[in-house]
Amino acid sequence: MAEQATRPRPRTARGPGRYVARLIVTAYLFFLVAWPLYLVGQNTFEGGLENLSGILEDPDVVHELRLSLMVAVIAVVINTVFGVGVSLLLVRYEFPGKRLLSALLDVPLSVSPIVVGLSLVLVYGGRNGWFGPALEGAGFQIIFATPGIVMATVFVALPLVIREVVPVLEEVGDEQEQAARSLGANAIQTFWRITLPAIKWGVIYGVVLSLARSLGEFGAVKVVSGNVLGETRTTTLVVEEKYLNFDKGGAYAAAFLLALVAVAAIIVVSVLRPKESR
Amino acid sequence: MTTATLAPDRSAARRSARGGRRLNRYSGLGLGVAMLWFSLLVLIPLLAVLVTASEGGWSGFWDAVTNEQTAAAIRLTVGTAFGVTLVNVVMGTLIAWVLVRDRFFGKRLLEVLIDIPFALPTIVAGLVLLSLYGPDSPLGVDIHNTRIAVFLAFLFVTLPFIVRTVQPVLAELDHEVEEAAASLGASRFTTFRRIILPSLTPAIAAGAALSFARGVSEYGSLVLLSGNLPMRTEVTSVRILSSIENDNVDNAAAVAAVLLAISFAVIVILDVIQRRVMRRG
Repeated sequence: MAEQATRPRPRTARGPGRYVARLIVTAYLFFLVAWPLYLVGQNTFEGGLENLSGILEDPDVVHELRLSLMVAVIAVVINTVFGVGVSLLLVRYEFPGKRLLSALLDVPLSVSPIVVGLSLVLVYGGRNGWFGPALEGAGFQIIFATPGIVMATVFVALPLVIREVVPVLEEVGDEQEQAARSLGANAIQTFWRITLPAIKWGVIYGVVLSLARSLGEFGAVKVVSGNVLGETRTTTLVVEEKYLNFDKGGAYAAAFLLALVAVAAIIVVSVLRPKESR
Repeated sequence: MTTATLAPDRSAARRSARGGRRLNRYSGLGLGVAMLWFSLLVLIPLLAVLVTASEGGWSGFWDAVTNEQTAAAIRLTVGTAFGVTLVNVVMGTLIAWVLVRDRFFGKRLLEVLIDIPFALPTIVAGLVLLSLYGPDSPLGVDIHNTRIAVFLAFLFVTLPFIVRTVQPVLAELDHEVEEAAASLGASRFTTFRRIILPSLTPAIAAGAALSFARGVSEYGSLVLLSGNLPMRTEVTSVRILSSIENDNVDNAAAVAAVLLAISFAVIVILDVIQRRVMRRG
């Protein structure tokens, strides 16, 4: 998008084929994404603000919204620290197994959320998990409690920050860092003054995408949360429960809130990115 | 927006392409902590799935996977993911083409629409599709609880993958080669087939692998949409979940191992494609 603006004008399609292609693509996206998405908004506001106020006045739902937000924020903080650290290691250092690690870091993107949940239960489950009984004996419950939800959320969103930061780190190179170091800056000063400002946008995109992904995780959270009303239920689980209990208005309203965050995240990223690369 | 996010071939290949400094004491410690966390969170749990799956021996695993209902679920999931990937190869390439080569009012909006399935919670994606193609459909099309619903849900969640892997490659193609081909008398179709398509193939293949993996692992969008009818619209993830809920963890792990094998295969394929592309240029 932005790249095109800086490059010499690309060859544009000509002829009638161009209009046919444009029409097909627009229609496809209209029927697959735009119209269905619009209908969720329409269904939410069908009876005025009733549906939205209905869920926002329900203390259980408010609790669940708060839990979702808290879990998402914790997960994003963990993934940002981990992601920036691992990206620095992958780009700036040489160590055995680097290639393997790099490939393994992408695994969470292609693992089914249900399998993520199952894998965590097998290790941290309180009854017969590998580490679960010992941890529970020491007073830490992970599965069917908030730590489990946080772990599942961190798992599914793990690669997002790394994928945004690594290309940026490679593009900026390490000359400025070396210069800073030769002028006497220590590693921490170099990171805060030189590296972080240079990769700022990559980190911000990663954070925004992780936040959207974390708020929206459903399958993995469903397996590890135990779905206890007002205790360990997140907003995505509310959508399912409301819908299955024939409270369509409530389901649409909760879905609308989640969709709003997702769309806002996409728009923020797409508005910010071109500015930066110009 | 997510060109970098969805184009693993590029970032992963570059990640390992260039070397750097050797580890010192602090970076070594950092790597240790990161690896410990990654192992506790991802590697050990995934290993636990494979170990649990193998505990019943080969026959136990085989019985779990070839159970009539499970086999039907695996067939449906893999078959649908494959069909959806084929549609995505055509539509994704066409969308990428239009976004790169065409200019028109509202193109930015299309860009946003393509990324929405990536950020939208899957349960919401299911509800979104249900509102247009469900019982209350304003179109009068009700595909709720049918296999078409599974296809549609996969189509929705995998939409960005091929578009976002092909788009940057298409944008960087050298136009002079195309013009040369055209000036030598090649028709537009020949130019596309002989010049453009070969350079897009690695990107299309990478996007297709991702789209297939995403489809096979899908769960959330199907919950409300497909009805999860055994033998008809039940996908593999749902099968695993019902085994977990029935406290049959061994069975769940066996089926999960099949899904994990598919994910790993996809990662290996992506890696091979990356290496090929790197070697070529």
